[in-house]
Amino acid sequence: MDAILLQILNGLDKGSAYALIALGLTLIFGTLGVVNFAHGALFMIGAFCAVTVQRLLNLSFEVVDPDKTDFLGQPLKVKTPYVEAWFGPEMGGAIIDWAVPLAILFAIPIMIGVGYVMERGLIKHFYKRPHADQILVTFGLAIVLQEVVKYFYGANPIQTPAPESLNGIVNLGAVIGMDIVYPVWRVVYFLFSVVIIGGIFSFLQFTTFGMVVRAGMADRETVGLLGINIDRRFTIMFGIAAAVAGLAGVMYTPINSPNYHMGMDFLVLSFVVVVVGGMGSLPGAVLAGFMLGVLESFASMNEIKSIIPGIDQIIIYVVAIIILLTRPRGLMGRKGVMED
Amino acid sequence: MTNTVSRRGVLQRGAIAGAGVALPTIFTASSAAAYTNEPTGGTVTLGFNVPQTGAYADEGADELRAYELAVEHLNGGGDGGMMNTFSSKALQGNGILGKKVNFVTGDTQTKSDAARASAKSMIEKDGAVMITGGSSSGVAIAVQGLCQEAGVIFMAGLTHSNDTTGKDKKANGFRHFFNGYMSAAALAPVLKNLYGTDRTAYHLTADYTWGWTQEESIAAATEAMGWNTVNKVRTPLAATDFSSYIAPVLNSGADVLVLNHYGGNMVNSLTNAVQFGLREKVVNGKNFEIVVPLYSRLMAKGAGENVKGIHGSTNWHWTLQDEGSKAFVKSFGTKYGFPPSQAAHTVYCQTMLYADAAQRAGTFNPCGIAEALEGYEFDGLGNGKTLYRADDHQCFKDVLVVRGKENPTSEFDLLEVVEVTPRAQVEYAPDHPMFAGGQLGSCNSGA
Repeated sequence: MDAILLQILNGLDKGSAYALIALGLTLIFGTLGVVNFAHGALFMIGAFCAVTVQRLLNLSFEVVDPDKTDFLGQPLKVKTPYVEAWFGPEMGGAIIDWAVPLAILFAIPIMIGVGYVMERGLIKHFYKRPHADQILVTFGLAIVLQEVVKYFYGANPIQTPAPESLNGIVNLGAVIGMDIVYPVWRVVYFLFSVVIIGGIFSFLQFTTFGMVVRAGMADRETVGLLGINIDRRFTIMFGIAAAVAGLAGVMYTPINSPNYHMGMDFLVLSFVVVVVGGMGSLPGAVLAGFMLGVLESFASMNEIKSIIPGIDQIIIYVVAIIILLTRPRGLMGRKGVMED
Repeated sequence: MTNTVSRRGVLQRGAIAGAGVALPTIFTASSAAAYTNEPTGGTVTLGFNVPQTGAYADEGADELRAYELAVEHLNGGGDGGMMNTFSSKALQGNGILGKKVNFVTGDTQTKSDAARASAKSMIEKDGAVMITGGSSSGVAIAVQGLCQEAGVIFMAGLTHSNDTTGKDKKANGFRHFFNGYMSAAALAPVLKNLYGTDRTAYHLTADYTWGWTQEESIAAATEAMGWNTVNKVRTPLAATDFSSYIAPVLNSGADVLVLNHYGGNMVNSLTNAVQFGLREKVVNGKNFEIVVPLYSRLMAKGAGENVKGIHGSTNWHWTLQDEGSKAFVKSFGTKYGFPPSQAAHTVYCQTMLYADAAQRAGTFNPCGIAEALEGYEFDGLGNGKTLYRADDHQCFKDVLVVRGKENPTSEFDLLEVVEVTPRAQVEYAPDHPMFAGGQLGSCNSGA
């Protein structure tokens, strides 16, 4: 029983990342009609925002310590972060320790800016082109972005830890008399994703801006005829979708050390999530994200793998095939989307 | 009588004349070259086939730095590095056999097909007389097979699978790096001393040749000293989040987790294992332990604090204090500003060993070089007395058992050497079951 609950938690946690990326993907598809294969790269850029903040906070000056030597036998240059020099070792250390949460503040404007430039500079020129063209150009863009990141940050994973106080484990089963230990940061990640998803839905549901965007998603032409500049709102939504992917990336860094390829690792899975949820359906993307995350976790259990070897590697695709055969528009897909 | 010259006639006569001129050249090319890419001018070209893109690009970059340093030393530049400490004094700093050493590079992308294509291009288009490098056993085995067919020597880079010099060994292929069996033979006694003989191990293994042979080696060595192996779980090479593989470990009854992972897999699986509190866990009345049989400093950096106190093995480490290691670290560190990795060390050694063998054999003929390397015993390259065994072309030398350092003094100071396991302890018979199934075959010079 403990093992099953643990895998459910694990699945929800994995599903959080899938849902956040898929939410942005389907938001872009629903508003702009663009199949954005560069969305994984936005997740990766978000993660590297955290790396950048960590490096900025660790910018140091060097003092030569004559009593110690480096690996070549030269006097050792001891590095002291400016933050520690300015705020004292304790306060400065605490600021550095909280680099990942602080990176959220840094990532939001950066990601909105990246999304805006990407949409205005490249993607808008492909609105009326076939989806195959959009996939090719955005996939190419993703490769360019990851190579740029690799050039500046290298190919190896970069350790980006969570704050010390959120780095341990918590026994989530204690209240029901069970022993279900789980990493604190993964719980934080799940709660964070719930807040972000809730925020996006509330924004679309309860604001005038969101109402116009939803109207535009349903019938872009009619909204345009009413004299509303829907294109500008959709561009802003692209920026918001980029920010959601970026924030998902920022918060993911303590779970797995970021590397330049991490966006690609999530891209295909997230597309499957969008298709299973239903193209253009926001609730569908979230539902499918969590559902496939949980299924993937269960498929990794030894008991399941002993019955169907290798099922952990194909479960998501098997489920996608079954759902698309029985519900061709996905779980919550709308009629007419991608059916022309 | 008119003398008419038709266009067709000119072309026909031209073609016949061209064939006549070309014929002797064709014969010369096929009959006079005694072996593939025999150098004819004042230079000789070596092919460095390393991952320049992909997940191991940083390791590949460090290999390239070491190769460039080796070429500089061979051509008489720099401080000479380990040429000064190498037991053989055949190399004089005037290239190889008096020919200046040039090099070309290829990108393996850590993909077997891409690695074979780049090696083929360097052999056929650039005239490389030897291919070396790589950071993956799958790639090493693929390129080794190609070099055997092409008739050039392959000096393997970082490849740790038993199969490279086991069932997939080739007469034209040579490995300086250690292997999974050696890691197990070196680690097992240390683990026994640290954790005792009553332990239950759980293996997570990268699902490809290297992972399989390392898992087999470690499980055999630990079971021989009394440990029980409760499960061996294969993980996809493309996996990034290992949490769903780590979670079952918690309730498995295991008190040791062996991570047969390398590179990004190792960084992520170790990070996930630590996140799930395995290091603080007590099982069967014993502290839970994690073992990473193959360590790399470059990868340890990615895992950060998580490597502290965790044991593994490595081929070489920059803190070694023998004369060869010190000379190499000084030379590399002065040129690049940081200490070399084990990948850099092994490829530098391989370049020196190839050059030295050619110099001693007096030829670049792969069969002459193979003969010079087979059964060759040397010293001064950082691993103590080393033997290139003739039976399988595997180097036998001391193996290092290392541990993640608790209090690093710099960003490079991540591992500390716990024990230098003597060569005799990691040796095995050429027909050992873990290495059985293949034939070395005979050398191919490409003639």
